[in-house]
Amino acid sequence: MSDSKDKGPDTRAIVRDGLWDNNVVLGQMLGMCPVMAVTSSATNGLGMGLATMVVLIVSNAMIASIRNWVSDTVRIPVFIALIAGLVTLVDICLNAWLHELYKVLGIYIALIVVNCAVLGRAEAFASRNTVAASALDGTAMGLGFTLALVVMGGIREILGAGTLFANAHILLGAHFAFLEMRVLPEAASTLFMILPPGGFLTLGLLIAARRRIQDGLEARAAASASTSAVLAN
Amino acid sequence: MSTHAERLNAVWYQGVSLGIIVVGITIALAAAYTSTREEVAAAVESDTRQTLEQVLPPGYADNNLLKDSLELTDAEGQAVTVYRARKSGTVRAVLFEQRGKGYSGVIKLIMAVDAEGVVQGVRVTTHTETPGLGDKIEAAKNDWIHSFEGKSLVAPGEKAWAVKKDGGVFDQFAGATITPRAVVATVKRGLEFFANHRAQLLDNPATSAGKAKEPSHE
Repeated sequence: MSDSKDKGPDTRAIVRDGLWDNNVVLGQMLGMCPVMAVTSSATNGLGMGLATMVVLIVSNAMIASIRNWVSDTVRIPVFIALIAGLVTLVDICLNAWLHELYKVLGIYIALIVVNCAVLGRAEAFASRNTVAASALDGTAMGLGFTLALVVMGGIREILGAGTLFANAHILLGAHFAFLEMRVLPEAASTLFMILPPGGFLTLGLLIAARRRIQDGLEARAAASASTSAVLAN
Repeated sequence: MSTHAERLNAVWYQGVSLGIIVVGITIALAAAYTSTREEVAAAVESDTRQTLEQVLPPGYADNNLLKDSLELTDAEGQAVTVYRARKSGTVRAVLFEQRGKGYSGVIKLIMAVDAEGVVQGVRVTTHTETPGLGDKIEAAKNDWIHSFEGKSLVAPGEKAWAVKKDGGVFDQFAGATITPRAVVATVKRGLEFFANHRAQLLDNPATSAGKAKEPSHE
């Protein structure tokens, strides 16, 4: 968590935080509702991740820009009103001007409102950091969220349906049809993985895997620190 | 900066600042809504036209469907806009929207029924079914929606209008039965609506080109 208003954390720390240390899904375990709902395929995860990232960047920047005028007592209702208003605005504007995209992303936009990660970042980061740092935090957190969703959706899709990135052309356009592939024969797929229990299972295994890797990294860092201490003596 | 901090803690400031932000957001939303209403309506109309074209085989009709519509009331008292597809002036098929209740909300679909009461095509226009499970009712994601084509209440018969799990002829999806069940029931209700209003719907001279109502989209 960031400390001072003036100094602020550096770029590398923010990016590292968003992608790994404090990954929205695997580290902070926020936004579980959209995570469970859309990760039945990698394409859905990607769409949800990208839409959430845009909202995170804009809401973080907006909240950082008014942070000095909002009293602590009313900050939560202010943030909620701003985020809900923003999501609704995005929804309206996409529907009017980018209707083709809206037809694809429409189902995700409604789900962003229930993603507490957006409010979480507003509260934990944007309310005490500069606009630029907050926008970067939104980008990093959004990327980390997207990454986690795509990995989770990919695992569930491969095991559950045997495909990967099915229907990607609907989300990304015909150029990305090459992403669509069949990994396992249809008969070998386990529907269980696409259903909600498969979501919980995948999420649990991913969280465990991240912790395992994290422990390994820390152990190695501690080991090298002690060797260098010995060498210094 | 102590005055700034003091002011932030004043109750009046908290109330006023929250009020200003909420009013500002409300104004922004109202402005966005009013300024995009026409674009949204136009987009929805072009969607309707595209969908109407999809549910009919190519070259099936030679009239402008959006200009040849009439309003009827269905069994539940809801208004239904019916578009008529004509070839050389004769009504060959009627197209209309039906709504059903899916797993997680309303499913809207447009269906085309020919003069004999046979389904020519069905397309789901909006739904909020589970991505990856229930969304196979979209033509872009699965061929399932084409299984209605060529079916009527006579063939395969009224009892067969159900998913296989319920003893009918339509496939359910692995992991999702409620969604296809809802779509089958909705299409069936559409056919019943057609049967109840058949004479009125096929009555050729009822809407002369000049009297034809502008289609309304809600």
